[in-house]
Amino acid sequence: MKKTKILVATMIVAIIGLITVAADHIDAPAVTGGSADITDFYAFQAENSNSIAFVANVQGLLSPTATASASFDENVLIEFNIDTDADAVEDLIIQAIPRNGKMYFIGPYAPSSTGVNSTISTTATRNEVTISSYGSTPIVSNAGNMKFFAGPRDDPFFMDFARYGEIIGGNAASFNDPGADTFAGTNVLSIVVEVPKSMIGTSGNVNTWVEAKMKQ
Amino acid sequence: MNLNKIKYIAILTISLCVASCSSDNDSPQITTDFSGTFVLKDQMGRPAINTVFVDASKKDNFNTTIPSNQGAAYQSDFQTKLLALNPNYTTNALGMDAATFTGALATDVLTVTLDGKTTFFDGTNVLTGRALADDVISVELLLIFGGPTGADNPGLTDDNVSANDKAFLSSFPYLASPW
Repeated sequence: MKKTKILVATMIVAIIGLITVAADHIDAPAVTGGSADITDFYAFQAENSNSIAFVANVQGLLSPTATASASFDENVLIEFNIDTDADAVEDLIIQAIPRNGKMYFIGPYAPSSTGVNSTISTTATRNEVTISSYGSTPIVSNAGNMKFFAGPRDDPFFMDFARYGEIIGGNAASFNDPGADTFAGTNVLSIVVEVPKSMIGTSGNVNTWVEAKMKQ
Repeated sequence: MNLNKIKYIAILTISLCVASCSSDNDSPQITTDFSGTFVLKDQMGRPAINTVFVDASKKDNFNTTIPSNQGAAYQSDFQTKLLALNPNYTTNALGMDAATFTGALATDVLTVTLDGKTTFFDGTNVLTGRALADDVISVELLLIFGGPTGADNPGLTDDNVSANDKAFLSSFPYLASPW
């Protein structure tokens, strides 16, 4: 049933080319279904209230049977951007990139240049964690009060996307109550990094966003 | 200084050097090569912004427009889209008129406080982060369709899915195990 719904949703997207899946799942033609397709981004105070956790999810709508064989792309850099002075330009970045079964984390550090193109510093703090495999206990690494994880997880996003599509398409006037979570039973590939607040600012607000960048 | 003593010191020095060289050889610098240039393909700050507010023809462009350029490039488009979704929009529960609201949204970054509770909206705090359990879609629907009091268009302001299908963990890595 769920699978059928997702199939129908995917077909609607393919045929109409108008409706896309929230939060950022398959949001645009160039990334849809690819390894650089960000599905979601979260930033929140960690269990340790002196730290902030960042979550980037990619490759959404993985069925349980498709999850074991899903893998991060070694040519895709995931970059957490942190703007500390409210100009929407990154002052600090945390980069994550996989290689040979491990996810490497570089930073937080001030990049030598900002914007569309990125390089990876060879001198900034570099940590790593073994990428967790489907069906096993999550592997977490710790270094310098930071924590790192990479691997498949349940998609934390929830929404009645199917109904939203019907409303936007003019085929329904309101949401159902209760609604149906279109993302129930599906997985994503997650990157989770936790850093002390002192590494990304002092007090007040920071602006954050996540980027997927493909090796040229 | 007798000859034996000199020999002894010489041997000791050589041994130390060998030991130290050997130590270096035992831990060679393994540097994984991450050289090259990586080019922007996808990005997001707040949930569903590209999905809801960007026209199909511009979705790839939005993903490759850096946040500091998004406001100037997209505020007007966002306002047009907002008024297409809700032709009766005046202000929303945050008291923002269409230009102010879409101006805030077009620069797609997620504000995070370093001083306390991080939540998309919890009834008190507004946009201080995004926690896993936050019902972000219903917040956005309310701000788009709910009018100044949140009471307008009651059938459109909540998708009536208010929690994930699996419980989150209280400890790192926080996300639930996969299905």
